[in-house]
Amino acid sequence: MAAASLELLGQGDRWRAELRGDWSLDALAVVEAAVAGLPGDLHGILVCDWRAVEAPALACVWTLLDGLHGRARRHGALEIRHDGAPPGSVATLSALLLQPSAESQAPPPRRRLGPLGLVGAWSVELARETRAATEFIGRIALVATGALRSLRALRPRSVSRHVYETGILAVPIVALIGFLVSVIVAYIGSQQLSRFGADIFVVDLVTISVLREFGVLLTAVIIAGRSGSAFAAEIGVMRLNEETDALRAMGMSPFELLVLPRLVALLIALPALTIVADAMGLAGGGLLCVTALHIPLPEFGSRLREALAPTTFWAGLIKAPVFAVLIGLVGTYRGMQVRESARELGRLTTLAVVQSLFLVILADALFAVYFNEIDF
Amino acid sequence: MRAEPAPAVRVRGLENRFGGQIVHAGLDMEVRRGEIFGVVGGSGAGKTVLLHTILGLRRADAGSVELDGRAVERLDEEQRRRLARDVGVTFQHGALISSLDVRENVKLPLREHLGASERALDRVADLNIALVGLPPDAACKYPAQLSGGMVKRAALARALALEPKLLFLDEPTSGLDPISAAAFDRLLLYLHAQLGLTVVMITHDLDTLFGVCDRVGVIVEKRMVSGTLADMLESPQPWIRDYFHGPRARAVRKERDG
Repeated sequence: MAAASLELLGQGDRWRAELRGDWSLDALAVVEAAVAGLPGDLHGILVCDWRAVEAPALACVWTLLDGLHGRARRHGALEIRHDGAPPGSVATLSALLLQPSAESQAPPPRRRLGPLGLVGAWSVELARETRAATEFIGRIALVATGALRSLRALRPRSVSRHVYETGILAVPIVALIGFLVSVIVAYIGSQQLSRFGADIFVVDLVTISVLREFGVLLTAVIIAGRSGSAFAAEIGVMRLNEETDALRAMGMSPFELLVLPRLVALLIALPALTIVADAMGLAGGGLLCVTALHIPLPEFGSRLREALAPTTFWAGLIKAPVFAVLIGLVGTYRGMQVRESARELGRLTTLAVVQSLFLVILADALFAVYFNEIDF
Repeated sequence: MRAEPAPAVRVRGLENRFGGQIVHAGLDMEVRRGEIFGVVGGSGAGKTVLLHTILGLRRADAGSVELDGRAVERLDEEQRRRLARDVGVTFQHGALISSLDVRENVKLPLREHLGASERALDRVADLNIALVGLPPDAACKYPAQLSGGMVKRAALARALALEPKLLFLDEPTSGLDPISAAAFDRLLLYLHAQLGLTVVMITHDLDTLFGVCDRVGVIVEKRMVSGTLADMLESPQPWIRDYFHGPRARAVRKERDG
């Protein structure tokens, strides 16, 4: 079939629009261009001749009528008639054209803020966030004190499920990363130390760095990525499905059912995983010392015992519950903030991971300074 | 061309299984061009599964599905794209994209398939929004801000955007108050007359069944029994009898006859 065309005939105040060809939906761009090409100051009577058009798409008819009505609105005195119009559609569409258009109803565009306004808006937002976070922590504290009084409120079933999901299922990845990172540390350390003939201090390096820092920090980073995001996403989807509202309506607290078990589970899982990472780290360091640096195993063992201060292991492990609380709080808090849309869910899940990583590393830095001060 | 045009939808010997659970076994269905066909069945009878199979969203375990004489399972990507233009669908819960407002939702298929300017697409989207009876200010709202009835209408506007020949509706009036549901029925009849649509509609709304549908197909015992409402009323099959002669159905019929 021929391409869509529109030819304007006539002069003065008598006009005739000859419409021809294929006015299907695919011709929308052609029709739009043809309508845009009509003179802006049409007036008088315009007859649209539809007889040579086959099965025109509503969208195309609409585009033409809309363009003509626009001209009539601006200049007045344009009467549109139809010859052989597609049944029904012109009348329907003309009626719709008389309704107020969406543009006139659209909300006014948001005012752009100046620098001072931006600072203000940011402060208000920050204050709101702080308030919400404080409220969140307060609620958890309330629920947790309640749970201290009865074991049932602690939801042992739910806690064990989360210990399995966040802890046991994470053992392989935590073990692997712990092993590999300590191999890297030992390897790079030995390259430097061998220049001074101090190969044996690789043992000190590996032991102290793994036990004090890497074991717990890497575990926390993995768990923040793995479980922090899962917490936010799980709770977020439940929010979107109104599941949290349903719980509340049935007289159950989502904090007690959803938030607290995850926190408790993480408090159990993260220290346990840290011990796994520590053990694998020492194993990795030992393996490298024995195979690559030719330090015999008994010597490695005795050196390891010398390098270990009584506090070395605890200086790492004591941080694990703190990191667990940070990751758990951020993940569940962001999850509970989800409302309305899937985009919100993605944004808050991302935020949960980024913020928990940031907080974990910040806390680790503070620990390092503090331990140094108190000589721990 | 054959003298007899292919039916809009033809399903032959359809079989669907979920593990050991058989949902459809030897299900046949035929929808003629230009009719409004209602699909009825008990909860869990596999109405939505049937819809998904017809649309090619789910691969059937056996049997064939033809839309407009084209076998759905044998189409390549490009043909599938062409077919998607001729078929409009609304899902049970609307399935509007939640990060886009209503106008952008309606524009989504338009922009994907047509090369026109944003302004023209905006106007066509507004046309569809107006056609389904949504107020103009709904265009800038996000799905989360809409009521249930408005979500159904917005979903219909999106389904109609590409001016399909075949429209599938999954429970379009469920969750609507009777006034909105009746308005939706009128809208459907109007669009059906204006656009010459073939409509396949899953519904439990007896008012809609009696007021709008030309024929109905009932899924019983993993197969489909189809016919006019008069046929259904005379069916000896126990489930169909219960369905069309139950107290609610009687009330609707009495109201329509009286």
